Amino acid sequence: MASVKFENITFRYGSNTILKDYSLEIDESQIMGIVGPSGCGKTTLIRCLCGFIKPEKGNIYVGKTCVYSADKRINIAPEKRNIGVVFQDYAVWPHMTVYENIIYPMKKRKVPKQEITKRADYALSQVRMTEYKKHLPSQLSGGQQQRVAIARALVSSDQLIVLDEPITNLDLKLREEMLEEIRSIQRNTGTTFIYITHDQEAALKLCDKIAIMDVHGYICQTGTDEEIIYKPSNRFVFSFMGVSNFIPLLKKQDGLYIDVGEHMKVNHEVPAEIKDNVNYVMGIRPMDILFSENSAVKGIIKSATFLGSQYNYFIQLGNREIRVQRNTLDTLQSREYMEGEAVGLDFARVFYYEEPLEEVES
Amino acid sequence: MKQIVLKNVTKKFTTKTLGSITAVNNFSLEIEEGECFSFLGPSGCGKTTTLRMVAGFEDLTEGEIHLGGKAVSVKDKNIYVPPEERGLGMVFQAFAVWPHMNVFDNVAFPLKVQKMNKSDIKRLTQIALKHTNLNGLESVYPSDLSGGEQQRIALARAIVTSPKVLLLDEPLSNLDPKLRESMRFEIKELQKKYNFTIIFVTHDQSEAMALSDRMLVMDMGNIIQIDTPRNMYNKPINKFVHKFLGQSNFIRVVIKDGKAYPKGDLSQEIPCDVDEGAKPEMLLAVRPNAININHTRGYRTKIEKRIILTDNVEYFVKVGDQMLEVETPHRNEFKEGEPCCLEFIHSLWYEDDGIDLDAERNKRQII
Amino acid sequence: MRIGIRNKDLARQDGKRVRLDGMLTMLSFIILFIVVIIPLFMIIYNAFFYEGNLDVQLFINVIFSGDNLGAIKNTVIIALCVTVFGTIMGIFYAWLLGRSDIPLKGLMRGLFTIPYMFPPFFGAMAWDLLLSGRGGYLNNWLMQTFNLAEAPININSVWGIVFVEVSYYFPFVFMQVVSALERMDPTLEESARISGAKQGYVIRKITLPLVLPAISAGALLILISSLSHFGVPSILGFSQNIYTLPTKIYQLINRAAGDFQGVREGAALSVLLIFIVGTALILQRAVLRSGSYDIIRGKSMRPMLIKLRGAKQPLLIFAFLSLIVIVLVPLVMIFLVGLLKAYGLPLIPANFTLKNYTNILFNNKMVSDAIGNSLFLSVSAGIIAMFLGVMIAYVIIKIKPKGKEVLEVISILPYSIPGTVLAIGVILAWSGAIAKINLYNTIWIILIAYIARYLSFSMKSASASLQQVHYSLEDAARSCGASHMESLKDITLPLIRPAMVSGFFLIFLPAMRELTTSVLLYGPYTRTLGVAIYSLRSDGYITQASALASVAILLIIICNTIVTQITKDRKGV
Repeated sequence: MASVKFENITFRYGSNTILKDYSLEIDESQIMGIVGPSGCGKTTLIRCLCGFIKPEKGNIYVGKTCVYSADKRINIAPEKRNIGVVFQDYAVWPHMTVYENIIYPMKKRKVPKQEITKRADYALSQVRMTEYKKHLPSQLSGGQQQRVAIARALVSSDQLIVLDEPITNLDLKLREEMLEEIRSIQRNTGTTFIYITHDQEAALKLCDKIAIMDVHGYICQTGTDEEIIYKPSNRFVFSFMGVSNFIPLLKKQDGLYIDVGEHMKVNHEVPAEIKDNVNYVMGIRPMDILFSENSAVKGIIKSATFLGSQYNYFIQLGNREIRVQRNTLDTLQSREYMEGEAVGLDFARVFYYEEPLEEVES
Repeated sequence: MKQIVLKNVTKKFTTKTLGSITAVNNFSLEIEEGECFSFLGPSGCGKTTTLRMVAGFEDLTEGEIHLGGKAVSVKDKNIYVPPEERGLGMVFQAFAVWPHMNVFDNVAFPLKVQKMNKSDIKRLTQIALKHTNLNGLESVYPSDLSGGEQQRIALARAIVTSPKVLLLDEPLSNLDPKLRESMRFEIKELQKKYNFTIIFVTHDQSEAMALSDRMLVMDMGNIIQIDTPRNMYNKPINKFVHKFLGQSNFIRVVIKDGKAYPKGDLSQEIPCDVDEGAKPEMLLAVRPNAININHTRGYRTKIEKRIILTDNVEYFVKVGDQMLEVETPHRNEFKEGEPCCLEFIHSLWYEDDGIDLDAERNKRQII
Repeated sequence: MRIGIRNKDLARQDGKRVRLDGMLTMLSFIILFIVVIIPLFMIIYNAFFYEGNLDVQLFINVIFSGDNLGAIKNTVIIALCVTVFGTIMGIFYAWLLGRSDIPLKGLMRGLFTIPYMFPPFFGAMAWDLLLSGRGGYLNNWLMQTFNLAEAPININSVWGIVFVEVSYYFPFVFMQVVSALERMDPTLEESARISGAKQGYVIRKITLPLVLPAISAGALLILISSLSHFGVPSILGFSQNIYTLPTKIYQLINRAAGDFQGVREGAALSVLLIFIVGTALILQRAVLRSGSYDIIRGKSMRPMLIKLRGAKQPLLIFAFLSLIVIVLVPLVMIFLVGLLKAYGLPLIPANFTLKNYTNILFNNKMVSDAIGNSLFLSVSAGIIAMFLGVMIAYVIIKIKPKGKEVLEVISILPYSIPGTVLAIGVILAWSGAIAKINLYNTIWIILIAYIARYLSFSMKSASASLQQVHYSLEDAARSCGASHMESLKDITLPLIRPAMVSGFFLIFLPAMRELTTSVLLYGPYTRTLGVAIYSLRSDGYITQASALASVAILLIIICNTIVTQITKDRKGV
């Protein structure tokens, strides 16, 4: 179990700066999610941590050990950093059986024979692969290969395990299962996990804490699921986390209006954070727009689609088309809305963002 | 009018590993003109094979297929109309756009084959390109386009002759999730414009539900249920369909004196209707979003775990010793460890047969 | 996103890795310089310089001599005809096997690999026995049966050479196209049919254009091979004074008998040959770059086979007959003549004896030496070139130093250089010109030439395999506690072992039957198997040459069987 600290990491590839003064602390015995769109530098960060590439500036600590420091000219070789890694493409060695794959790290780290057998068997049982011990990776499915990779990482380090998009190549049902498994393995072993992904949903389900990176390699927010969903630090975090509508706002004497070609008064109070003489947009998720008879905001349902667990509506609101979703449970309890129907809309859980001068697409 | 009719269609394959296997078994179906119909099922269930028989790419082992009232495949009478004479539009999973032709030539191909005159070809191709949002890209080659655009070319090519019937073979599975969703709406729009009869093959239940007027679920070569999306979702005929159409909780329940208890815990009854003829042990199926979680009404328990997602909150709660997943909008807040009550808004009963056919299904996937 | 860093300042911090990588890179450059660059340089230098002074006169004289102009004409005509006919034949068989429902596909496929296994000059020998203008067996039979005054078919002609080369080179196109057809997504053709196009239209408008890149790649391979081919024109052409550039070069060197002027003339002609082949190569690169479509996608599905219906029987008979004529007849002929008591006797059991075999195997020092030499050369060239190939491939694929493109081009270059030219380069370089090292007439000079010639075989096989070994496999080993050296030893090498084994045999097999290079480099005691057969034949011992060729055929079949067995149950990537 080890904490991890990145201090002012800068990494350039040619003239292209991928990480700039990147700092992040990761508590021990947690699952830390590092989430960002592809190309944001999260894999670069992890390759720096593992020692496969070297940042230009900065320090990296694993526990109390400094594994890399540009100033102090410290660069511990990857094999001595004691980090277990699970790669996106599994990287299970095809010429070794499952068992040989798993004991390899312990052989290299000169673990006594008896200990090897014991720990390998434990790791295999953790990932429920005991009966496949003698199989070659080519005889296993993608999910099973990924389990082998996790077991190998588990025996490879008891302090820190890094998972780089480990479930991207699996199908939906298997992804859910693997998340559950990774979760319970971490709870059983107490090892620190770093989970790299572009899938915000998976990160929310799995991680204790999440760091959100934007395309430029900056960390926009670090926090728990609650903090990130309920208090997104900026517009990027809000829109990265899911489907969103942005509707321009207009503050008038008697309250807040949406500006969609025509002005419609919103039912709720003007929040204190709204300043005068600044343009704002309202960020709102489709699920948080409610149908309401007595709202001055009126739209027309352009399409209504039943998707099983929810209904999806596209609503023409002035000159804009917005997206509304409705839980099937709500529908079961009230009624269905049809295409062509005029509806009033209420906005719950609204986020306000200052509008940049140029027009931003919604 | 019945646009597509399949009567007792059966297809058998001989494979090296499994011997003879019935890929499609006694399949009968009638699809009305203008209807959008989905074939839904796990891979290896026979849905694509059925579609390929309709297209004419596979022979039938038994049965007959009629398109627009005309027999195109009848095994007994040895009738077989080749694909090019069936007058269908078809879109494939791997796009199948021709890399050596530009967008215009790809889309115009079906018209050129008909030896139509140049100006008509140009006019009709332009219309198809416009309807698929491809105008302006006429002279671009497919390799310079994204997956979504390539699939639109395939779509434009399929509709350019305004065929009566459109066959779509998992057309969205090779696209990324965001694109998949928007293409879904585009297909729906196209159907409104052209009034196609569509067969849509997919393994994604939300696609099937979003697009179709009616749909069927197949499993191991057999039709399990034919229904509207809503009925299918709300009244799945068995456990398999229930699970396949969305997230499900199955609670093992013991029936005693007309009341339901979670198996192994008789201290608190589950508030739900129990049929007269219920067996002593049943499965109660309830979807995570059909449970009303509240402070006062229903089965008393507490929140074991909470996950806050973008659109919903997921709670894990225990009924007896069985873990249940509950999904609610953000407006309904509970903390981990907090006591709560569960109301089952919509639940269904299934017999607990305990048979697991997954191994058999997996074997079929490999073929 | 995978990023490798090439920043020198930072690289210094991690001493070990750089030392190993740097060493391998340096070594690769040095070896390729010695083996490839020096001989090439020597040819060009000697063609244009004499005793340190520029001398273009010789070059001009050589090129514009009437004899040589005739050779150039023959070379180009033969190569173009072989390419055209070979390509048509290759496409026809590829379509038949890849898209029609013709039966016995497996058997036919097996027959197609035979021309790959045997050197074309065996075929030339066999056809010479059958259709020689002065009365081959078949010609004699035809003359008797139809009362003809002279031989109806003369294989000792430009058309004879074209015929034999086509029968050995058409598989290049066949293999390329059949694999393109098999990998092609069948829905590309199906979507054309559903669009209303008939079968024939689909072939013309969709299938053919899509496999065009494969066709042109194969065709250019034929063109280049034929341009530099020596065996067939030398066996069929010498008697009629039909020369091509490679055979003309051979004649010049041979006639010169060590005289430097002759070698220089050979070098001048070699420059010309390099120029012609080089043009074809540039063409090939351009075609390969512009062409390849992304046609492999989607789920694997059986392509819909075209029903031949009524045409099935005739096509099957035609396909088999042509294959038998091309593939089996020459082999059988060589075996039978090897059994004859004397050349010219009718092919009936009464005239058969095993004496030729016992003679060459047990009583002929030259032959036993040759077999020993060939075994030694093939095994050592195989092993050395295999390891060099793996090293160079590793440098190119994994280390990716600056100038890796140069490395790649140099290592593939000798394969495209005609064997005759390479031989001259090696003679010029290692007959005392550099550091007084004189290897002429020793076995080592042949070994150097073999290594240069076959390096690209193992390099290609190792790179293909190394490309499959993803970075993360080595990275995973390192994060499991293995050093860079250990990760190479435990992960990378075992994973490419099958490619190394097949790389060895890819060199061993052609080296065993090599003729073109060795025929210019052999000394009194360093004949190889190919040279021994060739000399026996040109000295008039036709039955013995045939017997030795039969032995070689048996050897090759045995080795090939071993290779298929080894590569069949390979484990790894």
